[in-house]
Amino acid sequence: MSVSAKLRELLREHGQPPREVYFDLENSGWVPPEIVEAMLPYFNMRGFGHPSITHKPGWEALEVLYEAKELVARTLGAGSLEEITFTHSGTEANNLAILGYLLANRGKGGKVVVSAVEHLSVIFPAEFAEKLLGFKVLRIPVDSEGFVDPEVLKNYVDRETVLVSVQAVNHEIGTVQPLKELVDVVKAANPDAVFHTDAADAYGWIDIDVEKLGVDMLTLSGHKVHGPRGVGALYVREGVKLESPLRGQLSAEKLWPGVENVPLIAGFKRAVELLFENLERNILYVKGLRDKLMSGILERVPHVLVNGPLDEKRAPNNANLSFLYVEGEALTVELSMRGIYVSSGSACSSRILEPSHVLLAIGRKHEEAHGSILFKLSRYHRPDDVDYALEEIPKAVSRLRTISSWVS
Amino acid sequence: MEDATVVESAGSPACGDMIKLYLKVGEGDVIEKATFESYGCAANIATASILTEMVKGKSLREAWQVSWKQLSDELGGLPPIKYHCSILAVGALKRAIRAYYSAKSERPEWLPEALTLEEKQVMEEEEMMERYYKALGSAGSASKAGETGERE
Repeated sequence: MSVSAKLRELLREHGQPPREVYFDLENSGWVPPEIVEAMLPYFNMRGFGHPSITHKPGWEALEVLYEAKELVARTLGAGSLEEITFTHSGTEANNLAILGYLLANRGKGGKVVVSAVEHLSVIFPAEFAEKLLGFKVLRIPVDSEGFVDPEVLKNYVDRETVLVSVQAVNHEIGTVQPLKELVDVVKAANPDAVFHTDAADAYGWIDIDVEKLGVDMLTLSGHKVHGPRGVGALYVREGVKLESPLRGQLSAEKLWPGVENVPLIAGFKRAVELLFENLERNILYVKGLRDKLMSGILERVPHVLVNGPLDEKRAPNNANLSFLYVEGEALTVELSMRGIYVSSGSACSSRILEPSHVLLAIGRKHEEAHGSILFKLSRYHRPDDVDYALEEIPKAVSRLRTISSWVS
Repeated sequence: MEDATVVESAGSPACGDMIKLYLKVGEGDVIEKATFESYGCAANIATASILTEMVKGKSLREAWQVSWKQLSDELGGLPPIKYHCSILAVGALKRAIRAYYSAKSERPEWLPEALTLEEKQVMEEEEMMERYYKALGSAGSASKAGETGERE
């Protein structure tokens, strides 16, 4: 049987659950109709041309590209829209930041500091640059809630530090880093060191202002804000020089070759507009749903650990729980049959059979990481979505615990 | 299973997969009943389930011949990243068969003294986690951590 035939078989066996709630907004998500609508004209009605060619469909493309840059620059407090570069994903934006800066500074040696809980699209490019370009990469440990301690960071930065990358909000456990303090520590130790932050999970959840924070580079991702996947953005402070690791025909973007994804950029723009409408109210709303989900599970299901901080230092949309005595990937399958879609940091879920590096970095044991489930909520979730999850999750966990060979 | 003749497990919670196999062995060393408990991914649960189906009614000698590849084929072919699930299930079965004869202080001539591929792989996986936790300097081994039971 071909792979696609097997998948058809699998989906047929799975069937259509009576009700569906999607909580896997970490890995990807649905694009709401009002955002799809904003993209559609750019496929075939306007702006479908190449944004750096001199004709009407090209200028229309360039127009929406610049509207998007203006909007993103404004929401980040950036001085100039030239500081915003669109890429084709958050992963690409992180690669451009890390590899781009280190390529531009190759041959000089020096240290690169990243936190142990960074997204792999930061850690892997840093390790790649270590191998290829001779930089020394230091991983700063975090505490049991995922925080980088500014006092600890002091021991990692000195005159040889070239680049530091610490995310604003952790993508798995929602830890909100003390970013301003971390930037201040780095700049005090070495004003020439460049500070990058992956803010893909912070955008729209916490206040981000590149001037107030003093960061030099900042990453955003389309699908983390209900925009389409296939679009990301990098803020690069004026004066910070990058050399693109990707080579090809340049277009409107000077740091990232290839034809800009104009329909997706139009979708990203609409997603950002909607994100900042009623921002405060939406944050409170999502936080209420998240609190209800998390406390509801803790009340109903025994032997559950919360991964990450519990207070205001946790992003309002994030819930990450370890269900002991069950394996996370099995739980994602069991929940899928019930129409609840989540992901796990278990080894089986990782394709390299290693549990989440984030959970190991906060001191979780392997068996605790294997039972982890990540939920991400948004303003599109309804209170009865959470009610349904609270009905089904205890049943799913209990079913798997009944057959578990890891006994309590 | 209340009336199991032999109970053996393979893997550990730290590895992320662990299969416990219960066999009721009757007249002529034939497997009358086989059940399992599984802590692991969907493929782990499926291989354990299929294995118990496959060995029911077989003599221990016949059951010893079941290979991880046969088990994988029975499931319609596991992807390479899930081969270890099938290896773990067969490893648990082989351990159970050995345990049965060792309790009777017998060793049939068909039962090799040397460990099979599946048994070696299972041991390697278990030992890897032991080493990991020793390297971390954490108290207790990985498998012990799994057996301590009550946790918050």
